[in-house]
Amino acid sequence: MDEHFGLDRRVTLPGDFPLAGGGVLPELTIAYETYGKLNANATNAILVCHALTGDQYLASAHPVTGKAGWWTRLVGPGKPVDPEHWFVICANVLGGCMGSAGPSSIDPRSGQPFAMNFPVITIADMVEAQARLLDHLGVGTLAAVIGGSMGGMQALTWAVNHPARVKKVVAIATAARHSAQNIAFHEVGRQAIMADPMWAGGAYPADKPPAAGLAVARMAAHITYLSEEGLTEKFGRRLQDRDAVSFGFDADFQVESYLRHQGLSFVERFDANSYLYITRAMDYFDLAQPHDGNLARAFAGVQSRFCLVSFTSDWLYPTTESRRIVRALNAAGAPVSFVELESPFGHDAFLLDAPEMNRVVNGFLTA
Amino acid sequence: MTPVPLRPDLAAVAAAVPAGARVLDIGCGDGQLLAWLRDTKGVEGRGIELDPSDVAAAVGRGLAVVQGDADTDLADYPDAAFDVVILSNTLQAMQRPADVLAQLVRIGCSAIVSFPNFGHWRVRLGLALSGRMPVTRSLPVSWHETPNIHFCTIADFEALAVEMGLTVERRAGLSSGRQVAIWPNLLADTGVFVLRR
Repeated sequence: MDEHFGLDRRVTLPGDFPLAGGGVLPELTIAYETYGKLNANATNAILVCHALTGDQYLASAHPVTGKAGWWTRLVGPGKPVDPEHWFVICANVLGGCMGSAGPSSIDPRSGQPFAMNFPVITIADMVEAQARLLDHLGVGTLAAVIGGSMGGMQALTWAVNHPARVKKVVAIATAARHSAQNIAFHEVGRQAIMADPMWAGGAYPADKPPAAGLAVARMAAHITYLSEEGLTEKFGRRLQDRDAVSFGFDADFQVESYLRHQGLSFVERFDANSYLYITRAMDYFDLAQPHDGNLARAFAGVQSRFCLVSFTSDWLYPTTESRRIVRALNAAGAPVSFVELESPFGHDAFLLDAPEMNRVVNGFLTA
Repeated sequence: MTPVPLRPDLAAVAAAVPAGARVLDIGCGDGQLLAWLRDTKGVEGRGIELDPSDVAAAVGRGLAVVQGDADTDLADYPDAAFDVVILSNTLQAMQRPADVLAQLVRIGCSAIVSFPNFGHWRVRLGLALSGRMPVTRSLPVSWHETPNIHFCTIADFEALAVEMGLTVERRAGLSSGRQVAIWPNLLADTGVFVLRR
């Protein structure tokens, strides 16, 4: 079997990798997985881009948690992105902590982890890293690039920065820029990490991470992935393993217990410095910024067809942001489909069972 | 694959669309008309539809359809972005029909508008005899539940077009899908107009 393809792959591409912020990596390591078979003309490749805390384990078990792939509802046998038909690629983003170059990887120049010496990265840098990977895999043009949340930001950036390489773009529950509120929530998470003495200016040993800070960051962020309606439905004011409140600071309420669990389990699989770098990349994201805030001009040269999906209860990347993208694409004359789907589950809806979303994506990909 | 035959009123609209045109269908439903136009006339179609499940169905047909509201979203489209803009059987559900008409002829080089004709003799007779708001075969919902809030007759529409300074390029009255030869405002259940700015 070709070592380029399959599960749990990793490649180091030699040579300088310059970054949008001015930094340079001396080489580029990318961890990725592929599913299905690239056809003879290399016309069936789909790149799936993951979200902030996602990884390359799109449709295979996670090596740390043992959980099934994070988007098996969309990718897999009988699903809209079926490896029987498509050659599917998913790579850990630049700055990530599951094998791609990031703050926890070793700087070849010093032999030590980069930590905070890792250069600040952008969404566009993540896309360039993916483009290098596609070159390595022999994929010229993508049949589609698909992403939700931060993955959607990468998908949109692909269409803008590499118009000739992308036939179709599926951007779900996403935005063309980070709003003040988005940045504000990320700043709370970063400050929680950096306020943890264990963070030590980012130079913590791998086995002594700033777990408390990262857990709090995750707890705060996790609230933004849900909705008030969803939280009320799931937990209400129900108590955790007790009949009355304790008049103390235990996790009396189920929602507290749930968030604590989310925080603790996150620490086991994610690196605090990666969290700082990736949230920063998202905060810097604004597709219209190089065009004086005119998003339509950013899309002026695109050659892809677009499909956008938003969810009614998503207040992190609300429908108004998707509509802003749709308006700009229309003004740029790009073919765009858009639908807002009903869901009580907030931003996370795109990762949950969403038959209408699957129907839309399937129709868009096969048409 | 043979395209499914169109509903009679849609067929009359489709007949007015030139081959290969760039078309925007406002209130496109599940995309039946756009798909037909694409498959038989090679048009490059786009759609706007309010109902999400209809949008999903239309995208499933491979059409570029945006969920949106014609009352508010048409302003987002550039001038003369389309050869033809279609508003079939939707005008009567608009909050501000005249504003929507103005947008149609701005966005499209020409606009095709079809609407139920409330000047039809059966409607007139029904109101005259029963004294109740008409409920027709094509719009079978009572007045308090109907999304159709702005009814007009072919004569009303003609007058609005004149008032707005629009050029009526073609006009037809349909009865059960067939063009009526005389007295369209009395005999036609549907009016179809091709307009220009």
